[in-house]
Amino acid sequence: MLSRTADNLFWLSRYVERAESLARILETTQRLASLPTAYGGLTNEWESAVATAGCKAEFLAKHEEANQDAVVNYLAFDRENPSSILNCFETARHNARSVRTALTMEMWEAINGAWLELRRMADRRLEGEELTRFLGWVKEIGLRFDGSAHRTMLRNDIYDFSRMGMLLERADNTARILDVKYHLLLPEQGEVGGGLDYYQWSAILRAVSAATSYHWVYRQSLKPWLIADLLLLNDQMPRSLAACYAELVRHLDYLARAYGRQGEAQRIARGSRVKLENADIRDIFQSGLHEFITGFISENSRLGSAIHEQYLS
Amino acid sequence: MPPAFDEMTLSDGSVRSAYSKLAEWLSDAPADLLQYRVKEAELLFRRIGITFAVYGDQQATERLIPFDIIPRIITAAEWATLTKGLVQRVEALNRYISDVYGKREILRAGVVPEDLVFQNEAFRPEMAGKTPPHDLWVHIAGIDIVRVDADTFYVLEDNCRTPSGVSYMLENREVMIRLFPELFSKHRVAPVDRYADELLATLRSLAPRSSSADPNVVLLTPGVYNSAYYEHSFLADKLGIELVEGRDLFVRDDVVYMRTTEGPQRVDVIYRRIDDEFIDPLVFRPDSALGVPGLMSAYHAGNVTLTNAVGTGVADDKAIYSYMPDIIRFYLGEEPILKNVPTFRCREPEALKYVLDNIEKLVVKEVHGSGGYGMLVGPHASKEQIELFRAKLRASPAGFIAQPTLALSTCPTYVDSGVSPRHVDLRPFVLTGSNGVRIVPGGLTRVAMREGSLVVNSSQGGGTKDTWVLDE
Repeated sequence: MLSRTADNLFWLSRYVERAESLARILETTQRLASLPTAYGGLTNEWESAVATAGCKAEFLAKHEEANQDAVVNYLAFDRENPSSILNCFETARHNARSVRTALTMEMWEAINGAWLELRRMADRRLEGEELTRFLGWVKEIGLRFDGSAHRTMLRNDIYDFSRMGMLLERADNTARILDVKYHLLLPEQGEVGGGLDYYQWSAILRAVSAATSYHWVYRQSLKPWLIADLLLLNDQMPRSLAACYAELVRHLDYLARAYGRQGEAQRIARGSRVKLENADIRDIFQSGLHEFITGFISENSRLGSAIHEQYLS
Repeated sequence: MPPAFDEMTLSDGSVRSAYSKLAEWLSDAPADLLQYRVKEAELLFRRIGITFAVYGDQQATERLIPFDIIPRIITAAEWATLTKGLVQRVEALNRYISDVYGKREILRAGVVPEDLVFQNEAFRPEMAGKTPPHDLWVHIAGIDIVRVDADTFYVLEDNCRTPSGVSYMLENREVMIRLFPELFSKHRVAPVDRYADELLATLRSLAPRSSSADPNVVLLTPGVYNSAYYEHSFLADKLGIELVEGRDLFVRDDVVYMRTTEGPQRVDVIYRRIDDEFIDPLVFRPDSALGVPGLMSAYHAGNVTLTNAVGTGVADDKAIYSYMPDIIRFYLGEEPILKNVPTFRCREPEALKYVLDNIEKLVVKEVHGSGGYGMLVGPHASKEQIELFRAKLRASPAGFIAQPTLALSTCPTYVDSGVSPRHVDLRPFVLTGSNGVRIVPGGLTRVAMREGSLVVNSSQGGGTKDTWVLDE
């Protein structure tokens, strides 16, 4: 396959995944920000949303204050923000068009439909119920794209590159959500640290669609270290780092077998996977949750570079 | 102007036999059925994503070409004549280009004036004395043909560079088969879907002799922003070849490679949809980001086939066009089977005088123009436009030719007011490989959707029709 085609596929699914993550972040933020102050209005939720999306500096260069209006607009619709939902779909659609024939009809229709729809509603201020509906729609596009890929694609290298883009982005997003809120999970004590923490914790779970899973897995009330365990190390939880890496390693193995050669990407991915498999959440808390997460984020981006070097250029 | 020849209904009201079943079907079909099928067709095209970009149109960068649901019908006998004429014409074009870059016999014989070759912008001195693999130059030709009466087809234009439109020939048929199965059961329509196989066979036959038994063929596109990008990706998909951009290719030791996820892979044949000027920044336009540095040197080393060859534009501008009958006679010793439209070469003083005096009756075209741009249709032009063209003609007469306003044939076409005649032309595609010439029975019929309009170009609001060659 052409390196450029692989690159387009990889970034196409990365951008769709990123748009979906942004929608989740905005959704949870909206929910938290609407709580009475006594339950969590102390911190600036909207600023932490920008931080989670990884664009706090760029945002503050443009806006003085992180309020709902400015943040929603910046993360969802700002054309100057290369990672706004609007631009994610724009870039995704552009990539899809360049590799149109590598996609199945269903995938193309999901992404092209989203793009057409978004063009129709762009430049309109959304709030309240309209915003909620919009965010739900963005998540639905993610589902539709992902589901079509899963159901209709040949299981060949095209599929591998497209899944790898999604998984790398997903791991990055989960790690970032945890990183911004890591202080809430510390210190390691108590069942429920009062109203505020409780809602913050459940917001973290909600942001990765894991609120129900948590109770299924642990069968107890919310405990910060178990939340971290679920999102970092539990490979049954589809958005956990462990699950993303189990799958990343699998796709890299397929590629290595198909192409008859291994490289740096396989080595890095296996290294990270082993680390996640062998880690214990108590050790992580002991040696520093923040350090663990930032270490992971930089390893994850090193894997991105290695994949680029090995296949996409 | 006398009324144009209608391909379905003769002036006495009788229906030509090839169209009899279609005419019957049309008169029986309830009005809302046609309307419903038109909507369905548009939906299908939009879903498939067949769009084209119009230069300078920022608002609608992706538009649908209007598709007309009423087919254009050509009989087996008519097609047989067309085929013979096309084969003859393309053979002469290939011989001419080879000669112009080689021995230049036709120039020494004085059949074609030298300055038309050497001062032609499309002449590539880089190709002088060079022979592309198999000494074939025009591998894919689109010859534009118009009809003026029951017996007369004219060649309007030869397209020897990167002719487009074949995707519409194929997609129009697919859509028609889906929408009108009942019409196909009443006619024996020659299929066109083997075009992709024929094209691939042609391209493979053109591989340089140094390449492997299984040559690697790719399609080189300028990229997504090109107006014909849809067609490029469509063809690459149908042929099962890679759709590459310049940046996907590189040249090492005069061999072309493409960058793949498994490392560099040799490329033997490049079906390029990029103009000569952009193909290699080291040789042609240095600012071109679309091409591949070093490609021409690999080409000259005989390690890669470019199709069409570099420099074929020297054979298809409108000034050379007027010499085509002589060119055919010169190389083949035959009379042209397909006629040329009578053409005034404004570079000749007498012709210029005639054109200036009779401009209201003529179509004036820029020698290097294409796509219907830079053209004056005398009978439809305003006084200002005519004066503008007179001035242009006096300033650079050699830049123009003129032709009588042809009564292009019309075909019944579905428009807002119902079924009504509209002017059409025809572009069949001629494939020339080292193992022979192939023509798929059919082509692209373009139709001027506006009443009375003679301009069929898609960039000027023209539409397309499915073209049926009956297999009697």
